[in-house]
Amino acid sequence: MKGAQIFVECLKREGVEVIFGYPGGAVLPLCDILYDSGIRFILTRHEQAAAHAADGFARSSGKVGVCLATSGPGATNLVTGIATAYMDSVPIIAITGQVATHLIGNDAFQEVDITGITRPITKHNYLIKDVNEIPRVVREAFYITKTGRPGPVLIDFPVDIQRKEGEFYWPEKIEIRSYKPKYEGHPLQIKRAWELIKSSKRPVLIAGGGIIISNASEELKKFVEKTNIPVAFTLLGLGSLDVEWEYSLGMPGMHGTKYANYAISECDLLISVGCRFDDRVTGKIDEFAPHAKIIHVDIDPSAISKNVKVDIPIVGDARNVLKKLNEICERIEIDDWLKKIKEWKEVYPLKYERNGLKPQYIIEKISEYTKGNAIICTEVGQNQMWTAQYYKFKKPRTLITSGGLGTMGFGFPASIGAKIANPDKIVIDIAGDGSIQMNIQELATAVYNKIPVKVFILNNCYLGMVRQWQQLFYNRRYAFTCLEGGQPDFVKLAESYGAIGYRVSTEEEFDKILPKVLEEKGKVVFVDCRIDQEENVFPMVPAGASLKQILDGLA
Amino acid sequence: MNKNNNENQVESHIISVTVENRFGVLARISGLFSARGYNIDSLCVAETEDPTVSRMTIVVKGDEKILEQIYKQLNKLIDVIKVQDLTKEEHIERELALIKVNTPSFNDRQEVMQLVSIFRGKIVDVGKKTLTIEISGSGSKIRAMLDLLKGFGIKEVIRTGKIAITREFK
Repeated sequence: MKGAQIFVECLKREGVEVIFGYPGGAVLPLCDILYDSGIRFILTRHEQAAAHAADGFARSSGKVGVCLATSGPGATNLVTGIATAYMDSVPIIAITGQVATHLIGNDAFQEVDITGITRPITKHNYLIKDVNEIPRVVREAFYITKTGRPGPVLIDFPVDIQRKEGEFYWPEKIEIRSYKPKYEGHPLQIKRAWELIKSSKRPVLIAGGGIIISNASEELKKFVEKTNIPVAFTLLGLGSLDVEWEYSLGMPGMHGTKYANYAISECDLLISVGCRFDDRVTGKIDEFAPHAKIIHVDIDPSAISKNVKVDIPIVGDARNVLKKLNEICERIEIDDWLKKIKEWKEVYPLKYERNGLKPQYIIEKISEYTKGNAIICTEVGQNQMWTAQYYKFKKPRTLITSGGLGTMGFGFPASIGAKIANPDKIVIDIAGDGSIQMNIQELATAVYNKIPVKVFILNNCYLGMVRQWQQLFYNRRYAFTCLEGGQPDFVKLAESYGAIGYRVSTEEEFDKILPKVLEEKGKVVFVDCRIDQEENVFPMVPAGASLKQILDGLA
Repeated sequence: MNKNNNENQVESHIISVTVENRFGVLARISGLFSARGYNIDSLCVAETEDPTVSRMTIVVKGDEKILEQIYKQLNKLIDVIKVQDLTKEEHIERELALIKVNTPSFNDRQEVMQLVSIFRGKIVDVGKKTLTIEISGSGSKIRAMLDLLKGFGIKEVIRTGKIAITREFK
């Protein structure tokens, strides 16, 4: 068997159903085998989109996403997508072609040291140097990407080894002596945690992306119900549970709810599960949860005590640890605290003014219509924050967003991946007019492959989030953030690719087309929503300020 | 949060890292240090008694918090088998230095040879106007030797960086 055949056979045994990719000289033998392998190949129109699509596929399904690119520029185009997946702990396998082994290091045509380039943004990577190590490498790569704290793994596959004859074998067991992820939390630490929880008067739980990765929603719900402890969801934790639940505080942090931020600032115990205390969550770190003892559950030991000092660290899988906690925990009497939180929720709800077409209105309507059952992808910036604030997430894996890296151009290709993984669900990309133009070429991919995603462009003709900062902190000097000049006609653009395009600029117009868009089964739809140009995302904690200094709006 | 002096004390640590003996591992480790802004004072790598395993001895400076992160981040690398902070255990440390020193006159040469013998070093090369000395020992011993030789004029120094091993009590 040739190297490429061995490789594809390994992919099949790993259960790969679809690969997002772009061909090129250094992956010709591989593409030739894939051509009639039975594995679906989605040809994107840019390698970056292939990586994001694999990412969206993985996040929305819990399976491993796979992308493929050729050597050199193909490989470097994957870099942003790999880094995005790395920051958000997404299991993807990136396969890159490489120049023939005898040319490596010679500055050959389309040669780039991609294992070197991706070393800090992959969980691990491989350069295959011998045809006989293919099965071991592929097996290890899949094992590493999805176990422990998941993360992207890259396999660099030189073209001569793709052509070389070798023997196929399948290692039944994988044994990596230096990699043994820990899933069970330490029983003594769990007991200590409960002792601390029991004695707390004002506890708050923060649920992060780890809840969703480890499928811990049920256990989390049980824990909250049993103990009575209110819960906030980080951006990547949204969807863990119904955000409208009485115990829910919504999202904390820079654009979080006031009540979540107040609760964290006042609490005497903070239980963080699967959240790594990103600076967008904590605000000024010295004033973060100043009165609180902290219990931190994370599968990655290096996440613990990295940003905040933790009193009780528990290294383990979120679901396992919550399950163990559920065995011993009981209701704690914190009625005064819950009452206070209820008051905050009543006094400081999320709000916006209804005049003209507001982005918040659009998200609310989409939320009402889909009842939390759709998969919502976002780009990055205001569109992302409005979605996080106003879409009522109910279920895990329904929000697909680039949290850690904040990658513009992520949402549209990610929605393509998510739709392929979930053909029966409505998949929506909430975009901005800036972000959508960063991977707009994927209209071709979506239309040609009949992947009917719906894109709502919250079009304010600005890089809105940056403009908002300029308005608030740079004296309204809108340096390089106005996109009005050169903006395409998104309706005509969509139509030219064979998609449907709509333009709306009032609530009535929007209300009228919304059912049409979401009921459209077969076609890709772009909706150019002409929103209020200077609408801002509030509340807001200025960068470097404490969570208590949260701004309401423009004074 | 609580800025305890003890915690923020910057100290030198000898970290011993056993890793898979594969290409690219050194780059992974050094890349980790540069990406996270940790400073390496010295780094030694060589094969161990098991040819599939290499040992790196890394000397780093940092406070408790940084050391904890270094330990965890190193452990996170797939190719890292074990990380040990030898400074926390009874250990023996050694460093080797080759020092080329100016000895233009007979008297200089005599004096240097005496110093070398007191420090239990070796003269490994003799030039017309230089002596090359091999000396091994703790960092402080080598520093002392260099201090004494400074007066003669040191032409060149090559140091290996520290290696260290734990003491056996059984």
